[in-house]
Order: sequence, then C-alpha cells, then structure tokens
Amino acid sequence: MNGPLAALARREFAVARASGAGGAVGVSFYFALVVLAPFAIGPDRAVLARVAPALLWLGALLSTLLGLDRLFQADAEDGALDQMTLAKTPLEAIALVKGAVHWLVAVLPLVVVSPAFGLMLGLEPANLPRAVVALLAGTPAITAFGAIGAALTASLRRAGPLTAVLVAPMAVPTLIFGVEAANAASVAPFPAMIAALAGISLAAVALAPFAAAAALRAARG
Amino acid sequence: MVQSPTRDSARPPAPRTAPAPTIAVSGLALSRGGRRLFEGLDVTLAPGDALTVLGANGAGKTSLLRALAGLLRPDAGAIVATGPSGPEHLPEICHCVAHHDALRNGLTVTENLAFLAGLLGAAGGLSIADALRMLGVARLAGLPAGVLSAGQRRRASLARLLVAPRPVWLLDEPTTALDSDAQATLVELIGVHRAQGGIVVVATHAGLALPAARRLALGRAGAAA
Repeated sequence: MNGPLAALARREFAVARASGAGGAVGVSFYFALVVLAPFAIGPDRAVLARVAPALLWLGALLSTLLGLDRLFQADAEDGALDQMTLAKTPLEAIALVKGAVHWLVAVLPLVVVSPAFGLMLGLEPANLPRAVVALLAGTPAITAFGAIGAALTASLRRAGPLTAVLVAPMAVPTLIFGVEAANAASVAPFPAMIAALAGISLAAVALAPFAAAAALRAARG
Repeated sequence: MVQSPTRDSARPPAPRTAPAPTIAVSGLALSRGGRRLFEGLDVTLAPGDALTVLGANGAGKTSLLRALAGLLRPDAGAIVATGPSGPEHLPEICHCVAHHDALRNGLTVTENLAFLAGLLGAAGGLSIADALRMLGVARLAGLPAGVLSAGQRRRASLARLLVAPRPVWLLDEPTTALDSDAQATLVELIGVHRAQGGIVVVATHAGLALPAARRLALGRAGAAA
C-alpha cells in the first residue's frame, strides 16, 4: 500500500516501536492502577467486584490519556507537522490516521488485557465479554477526543496535564455508558448501552479530525 | 562538477522536477510576537530564479520563507503562484527545509526519508539510497537520526529535495553545520534544479554564493531594502 496516508501510518507504527511507548507503557500503567485499587478500596471481593467495571473504565481512560498529548506535539517540535501541512493530503485525514494508529498501538492492548485485569478485580468471568465489548465500542471516542485535546495543546510545553483536563469532560458520556454496559447489575439493556457507546464513538471519530485540524491550523500563526 | 571526498563516485541522475510557476509577492507585511518585521515587500520570481534573502538574526528571513510556504499568515499583501495552466497552490509544490528538520530521532534515516517521500510525493524523485549517495551520507542510511552529527543530519535533511522533487525550494540557513564539500554539493544541486526551471529561495545571514542569484536584504529596522 502506497500513498501519503500509508506512509504516515507506517511512520507512526515505526515511531511507536522505536520509542517503546504506546502499548507497553499504557498496559503497565493500567496494571499499576488495578493492583493499587484493592489497597485503596479494601480486600472485600464483593465490593471490588461491584466497582470493577468503573475501575476498568477509569484505568482505560487514564491509560489512554497517557502520552496522548504527544500525538501532535512531537511533530510540531521536530518540524514534521510543517511537512504534513505542505502535503497535498488534507490535515483532517492526517489527524484521522494518527488517531487510528494511536488507538491500535496504545489503546487496543488495553482492551486485550482488560479481561485479565477484570478477573484480578473480582469481576465474574461471565461478565468479562460485556466489559471487553464496551471498551471496544467506547475507547475510539476517547482517542478521538484526545486527538482534539492534543491538537489544541500541540504548541505548548508540558501539555500533558492540560490535555487531560481538556479531554476528561468530553469523555464523561462515554465513561457513563461504558461502566453501565460493563455492569451486569445494570437495569439498562446491554445492546442499548453498546449502541450508545458506538454512536458516540462514530460521531467523535467523524468530527474530531476536523476539530483537530482546525486547532493545528489556528496554532500555526 | 564538484568532487567531494565524502561523496560516492558514481553519480545518479538528477531528479526530474516540473518547472516552477511564476511567484508574485506584492505588498507583503509580516509580524512576529507583535513586532513588525517588514512591510511593503514586492518581489517576483520566475522559473529558474534564485533569491538570496539576507539579514541579521530576527530580520524576518525565516518568517518570509514560512509565509511563502503557507505556514505563516501575512499581515498584509499577497503571494500568488501562476503556472502555465493557471494558479497553483504554493504549499503543495514547495519544499521548506528549516531549522527543524522533520527527522525523528528514533527512526532511521531511511525511515524518515521514506515517510517524507511518501507524504510529499516521490514521483520523478531519486531513490533514497541514490539521494543519500549524492549527499555523501549513504553509509548512514540505517542509523537512527538521533545519532547523526549536525552536519550529517543536515545532509540527510537535504536529501528530501531529491527523493520528493518539488519545483520550489525554500531553504532556511541550508549551510548550517555543512562542511565546504557539502556546501559545494548543495550549490551544484541548486544549479541543476534551476536549470530544470525550479525556483530557489535561500535565507542566510552569512551568504551563499549562488550564480546569478538576486539578493533581498531585510533590514533590522523593519523595511525591506
């Protein structure tokens, strides 16, 4: 596969591989949160199992935000963002590809390990598929919102906390529907929760590239 | 022909570049950080032209190049590129080689150039290996950009001009960290590019001897001289 977007995707995968960032760091952070949770909440398995969906989602959200501020910032610093602006490919498509690769490299591993972490938190094995499907349906929205935050802060130094502050409010609906979908005790029907998550993700993925590209252009001066 | 001891003896052919459009800059005014750099700048560049932009640090050389590339919005004035078949979008036909070289430290030189070639379009360009050979850094192809010296890094950065041919070259202090051999190679490459109808704009505070190049001095006081 050739073309500007394929070249960009190959480069993003290579950067993730070379930097050692992405999946391994995010999963390690996720693991640390899951391990620490029983110390903070207490060893009561029933309590842990009840809050496990929320902990899984909070862990996934925070791990996703980890390093997301560098999505455009590193390119702004080394001049690659200028080259992307000079390409014939629209900046919107570039933002979409960068977000997609970030999801594949940094977020999908979180979804893959979530069943194991769910078991560690005492989640019933029968409920694990619900949690995985909910994360699959909802995390693209978090990455998309994160891309907007990363674009807004691309020209700022030490933008990590600011990016998280910008993205967290946007992620609230996804978090609510995600926890409900992963919670077997929820009165809301599971298919409806997944449909809501997928709808948020689809809307976010469709709109975020335009917002991110506009932010990058505005910051150019 | 310039012979460089650091350049491989077998020279690949020059990349094929489409002729540049005519670029008309009229009434251009630029500011940075609330300070007016210059105003009322008028200049016209035809295919084959070279323009050396001279000026002290902070005179606005880099800003002028970024404005030409569409990376900076001017306060006033217009930059219009007109080719044989009508108006052209200058950012899509220009190279901008600046202080930030767009080379990611963790990627090899080849990976970096493959990305830039794919992104900017490699039609008619040299292979990465040939481009690096012309610039005397073929042996560095597999090394991460982060381990290169400043001069090697600049040579690798300039290789993008050859792997992704574009008719307008905007070069910001291109001789920084280059030794005399590499500078001679660059002058030669610029000559070949101009002979094919390309346009070259070089911003420099020290001067780069380009044959028959026009000179534009940006004054410290803010007016284009």
